[in-house]
Amino acid sequence: MGAGKGDLKVPSARAVQVVRWAGLAVGVAAVALIPFAPIGVPGLFQAPLSSPGTLQLLATLLVFGATALTYDLQFGFTGLLSFGHALYFALGCYVTTVSVTRFHLGLGPAMALAAMAGLVVPAALGAVCLRTRGIAFAMVTLAFAQALSIAVLDDPLHLTGGSVGLPLDSTRLPRAFVGVFNTANLYWLAAAYAGLVCLTSWWVLRSSPGRFWRAVRDNELRVDLMGLRAFWFKLMAFVVSSFLCTLGGAVYAVVLGQATPDVTTVDFTLALLVMVVIGGTGTGWGAFLGGVLYTYLDDRLNQVAAAPAISHLPPVLELPLSQPLFILGAIFVLMVLFFPHGLAGLMPRSLAQNARRRLGELVVGASRGQ
Amino acid sequence: MNAVLVLTITGLGLSALYFLVAAGLSLIFGLEDVLNFAHGAFLSVGAYAAWWASQHLFRFADPARFTLALVFALVVGAVVAGLVELLVVRPLYGHALQQVLVTVGLALALSALIQGGWGADARAFWVPRALAGTGTVLGARVALSSLLTVAVALAVLAALELFLHRTRYGAVIRAGVENREMVAALGIDVRRAFTVVFCLGGMAAALGGALTGVYYGSIDPSQGPSLLIFAFIVVVIGGLGSIAGSALASLVVGLLQQFVNYYAAPGVGDLAVMLLLALVLLVRPWGLGRGT
Repeated sequence: MGAGKGDLKVPSARAVQVVRWAGLAVGVAAVALIPFAPIGVPGLFQAPLSSPGTLQLLATLLVFGATALTYDLQFGFTGLLSFGHALYFALGCYVTTVSVTRFHLGLGPAMALAAMAGLVVPAALGAVCLRTRGIAFAMVTLAFAQALSIAVLDDPLHLTGGSVGLPLDSTRLPRAFVGVFNTANLYWLAAAYAGLVCLTSWWVLRSSPGRFWRAVRDNELRVDLMGLRAFWFKLMAFVVSSFLCTLGGAVYAVVLGQATPDVTTVDFTLALLVMVVIGGTGTGWGAFLGGVLYTYLDDRLNQVAAAPAISHLPPVLELPLSQPLFILGAIFVLMVLFFPHGLAGLMPRSLAQNARRRLGELVVGASRGQ
Repeated sequence: MNAVLVLTITGLGLSALYFLVAAGLSLIFGLEDVLNFAHGAFLSVGAYAAWWASQHLFRFADPARFTLALVFALVVGAVVAGLVELLVVRPLYGHALQQVLVTVGLALALSALIQGGWGADARAFWVPRALAGTGTVLGARVALSSLLTVAVALAVLAALELFLHRTRYGAVIRAGVENREMVAALGIDVRRAFTVVFCLGGMAAALGGALTGVYYGSIDPSQGPSLLIFAFIVVVIGGLGSIAGSALASLVVGLLQQFVNYYAAPGVGDLAVMLLLALVLLVRPWGLGRGT
């Protein structure tokens, strides 16, 4: 018994692993089962979780959370500050929508086409842009993204619908993705995409090339001096991150049922940057959380602004509080000034580890049958 | 021939607006390595300040009303930019990335504030009658507003060059652009120069905002951000930290955009500018000028 007690104090690495996997499984199951949960979450969502409106919002949160994570892969983990990440999201969104609506392709082939574009375009543009670094890199990526944005908005070939956007032709879509009753399927699509991004990021960052991304971020010269070419690691990070982002655009087109030019603008890239920094740069999960939080606040603050509590305030307070982007911008400025490591930095590492260890003890205790 | 002349002058007007925004951006980046995303918001602040003043100063006769509106925009621009530097940018010196991020947040917040205050729709900008019409230059009828914009930009260029080359502060700023650490090591307070540069940049951008109203005849909150992107391009092509370079690059960008937009198709000119930037940066991957 005495020996057993000693074991309890320091749970084995295996027990910690078990807890981690169990937690993950519970999390995944919870996310997957939300469409079956007619539970109201007052204060957070206006309608029960399983209602189409809430599911649509949740799907958007997942897509943007995952897209923020793709941005973190290149910005946070590899140190590439790009102002053109929106280009790839827009690419996925528009290739899918244009293929379906204008060229009458099925959704499957259209998304496959988008995925292909999501490999070829970043490989080509990345090879070109990565000849520069620092501010010059930021500017070149901005220039290419702006070029696409202008092309989409001016629409010289009459494909993109200009500033109005282009609806996804619903008669060409699989029945499962059409109509309010099938919002759950859209949600699962978004959840699958989020899962794919998380899994890929986790796997890539653990792989040895992925470790070199962080080496490039911390000291590029040193990587070159080790006889490795930093350029190839940067290109790889750029392509992986942009590819996943393109898929996000394609999924977003299906979730939203249209392509909107908003996602082509530099403002969208800046929003991704804000999401990543609010959540915690270079943490992965922080960026995901930041994306979810930003999108949620952006959506909800619009409704809060119309609430009587705000609209009855004197104009000096009412004016700024009725502008979601003002609140988000102000939060962002304060975060950068006072919490540069974002939300992820607010949660001490030891706290998470302690919690996991405590759970590990419980599991070990339970498995010993007391 | 007439078309070419008209295009040249409207193109020059556009170049002038780009220059007014780019001058401050370039100095700020040259001296402090801050890529100031809030600069577009300074432009909007100036535009709305001038608009507000011209609405409230209707008592004054034409030239005084217009001049006072411009002066008011200048003052507001200087105050806003100075406050931004002191309160938000200054605490983050030494953290170049955080500084860029903080200005991104400010740009979001300030433009949302302006949109909340005056709406997203365009507002007609009051222009004195003497400037509203057209004039004849070499037989072509051109808008006087373009000529005014060009004249003001030239005056600002001259004033900045004089300030930088003929005053003590100008010398400190130029030395700081060359080598900030050395200037600080010589016992000169570079930080004060930072504030001065921000105020100057804010004034130039605010003036640019007011003139945007004159040039287009109306103002709206999206003008600042869209001009900012072209100003970034001008700054990068012209060489970061160089006023003369910015002036030259704004000429190239404004004219290229105007001519290609007219002779090819609307929008193609903007595209051409983006490609020009990409080309310049790729031919010289280390970037033009210093700092990259």
